[in-house]
Amino acid sequence: MANDIIVPAIATPKPRQPWAASPKDRVETALLFLGAALASFILVAVTPLKGKLAYVAIFFLAFIVIDFAFNYIKRGSAAGKDSIFRGFVTAAIIIAVMPIVSILATVWIRGHKGLHWTLFTTDMHSATYTDPVAHGGLLHAMLGTALLVVFAIVLSVPVGILTAIYLTEINGRFARPIRFLVQAMSGVPSIVAGLFILAAIVYPMTKQYNGVEGSLALAILMIPTVARASEEVLLLIPGDLREAGVALGGTQWRTVAMVVVPAARSGLITAMILGVARIAGETAPLVLLTGGGDTKNANMFHGPMGSLPYYIWKGFTQGTPESVTRAWAGILVLLVLVLVLFGLARYLGNRKVGK
Amino acid sequence: MSSTLIEPKPGAYNGATPAKREITTKPRFSDKVFRGVVTGGGLSSLVVLGLILGFLLFEGYATLKAQGIHFLTGSNWQAVQNDAGVVDLHKSQFGIAAMLVGTLVVATIAILVGVPLSVGAAIYLTFYAPNAIKKIMVTMIDLMAAFPSILFGLWGFFILENSAEYWAKLLHKYLGFIPFFKMEVPYFSRSPFIAGLVLAIMIIPIVTSISREIFSQTPLDRIQAAYALGATRWAMIRAVAFPYARSGIVGGAMLGLGRAMGETVAVYTVLNIVYKVNFHVLISAGGNVASMILAKFGEASPSEVKALMAAGLVLFLVTLLVNSLATVIVSRSKKGR
Repeated sequence: MANDIIVPAIATPKPRQPWAASPKDRVETALLFLGAALASFILVAVTPLKGKLAYVAIFFLAFIVIDFAFNYIKRGSAAGKDSIFRGFVTAAIIIAVMPIVSILATVWIRGHKGLHWTLFTTDMHSATYTDPVAHGGLLHAMLGTALLVVFAIVLSVPVGILTAIYLTEINGRFARPIRFLVQAMSGVPSIVAGLFILAAIVYPMTKQYNGVEGSLALAILMIPTVARASEEVLLLIPGDLREAGVALGGTQWRTVAMVVVPAARSGLITAMILGVARIAGETAPLVLLTGGGDTKNANMFHGPMGSLPYYIWKGFTQGTPESVTRAWAGILVLLVLVLVLFGLARYLGNRKVGK
Repeated sequence: MSSTLIEPKPGAYNGATPAKREITTKPRFSDKVFRGVVTGGGLSSLVVLGLILGFLLFEGYATLKAQGIHFLTGSNWQAVQNDAGVVDLHKSQFGIAAMLVGTLVVATIAILVGVPLSVGAAIYLTFYAPNAIKKIMVTMIDLMAAFPSILFGLWGFFILENSAEYWAKLLHKYLGFIPFFKMEVPYFSRSPFIAGLVLAIMIIPIVTSISREIFSQTPLDRIQAAYALGATRWAMIRAVAFPYARSGIVGGAMLGLGRAMGETVAVYTVLNIVYKVNFHVLISAGGNVASMILAKFGEASPSEVKALMAAGLVLFLVTLLVNSLATVIVSRSKKGR
């Protein structure tokens, strides 16, 4: 810097952080862990309690007891109780996250065995699920899922966004009941959506299974997700923008279409992606409605339609080692799809609204 | 464009006073159309819910009428055909009590296991976690909400089953005197207990995120007041955060209950579906309404499908009720204070 300010040689006191852990505290925590681990090893060795579960349970209890005793002696009973509670909530988060780690690991370990190139280049028309894994693939399933999802988007995203616009822009007489109904709709079990399409369309009208029926059921499940996520985004658009639009002489229609919606564009796309992530792996309605074909079928209105969830479902229900390996490979592909969608939604959602 | 505003066109203004414009708040035609379309779109949820109710009632009405209250209280599912090979609605028995009990049993286990875990996790994330850990954990739990249910089912069947069977044996060995844990034949796999555990894991994301949202809205001044009075974190949570968040947590738990009651594929994969009333959670037999519909659908005759529609109607109404109550409770506790 050109014009440096000459700092007088006064030692500025370093800001102290009395809440931060001192080296002594760290050593004590480490000793606590060690003590608990030691206790669990000794107890498992000398008592009849055996197994992984015993290790974990004794470690947890020993940790709680030692931690409690330590804090009780050092800082009194209030600190002792506090340490017990901290032990329990920490255990809760660890137990809550464990299944996720286990699921991700399992899907990779079991799924990657079934991965090979033909998986993405062929369908099942000349192979059965019980064939060796190298025969056949899930091209038809990926095609089917893509078509089902695109149709579901076409059906549900306009409705969901219109609902959100009603709730935020018009906010009329029905806003409260509609908000309530959208919430209620998000709890409709997927099998009920399937039964509804069966009752409303398959039996009285088409009398055959095809892709559009599956898409309709998926759209029912997708609308509430899209509507709620879009509503949250539209609420974030500052009222100034709307007022500016109206002040320039725009009608409400022009203001919403030219100002509000473009400002919320990335958020609305995020809402759509969240909706897709919600339905991409939905299985029950597809089992009821799509007929689950084994060959590529690009016609949504005619013939059975394969899909990734159905492929997994079929592989699992056939029950042989080969078919189950297929199911895990299918799950791996589906999970990667969901992860990509999730990451995309996160990325777009973290950008500032209004850009 | 802007230049035309500044320099009026020659000859455009002839010196006469312009006619007074009418100032009105009446919406233009385009706005009327816009409002109509948007309101129509907004009412779609009402329409869809109404249509679901209507069509399921229409299809299931014959069964409901023939079976009467036995549809809810009976626990037999037998389609009896008459001489012409058509299902005789009055002679056959369709009662979903067994599956209603199963639904309740499995969902109760899910709530008992899942809600304390989720609330504990939410407390850790709100009041204890360092920022870096918090971010990672919140992302992971949100991600879990996007996992397809068939994934939970397969994971439960192939991975959790092994551990859970062992836990079930321990429960039977040490707590076997409790009626729910009784069993005659020691066959522990694919029990409602294990299905309940899978559902517990499935509801963790939703219950955690709702509890976390409500805990994080605890007024900061009250938290700081508690600390200023010398409260430890536990004392603060007990005195301030819990009372504030209690009703919200109840609502979140009920949303989880609704999710657990309507779950189909995960339960179908994990549970050994047997059509009988079973309160003994460790025995390898059970089911819930949703998975029963899926299981019976494959080989159902047309009139049996109608009975399944009636079962779907009951499931729809029950989950709708639970979800609506939950929504009311959650939204009240969010803005009440």
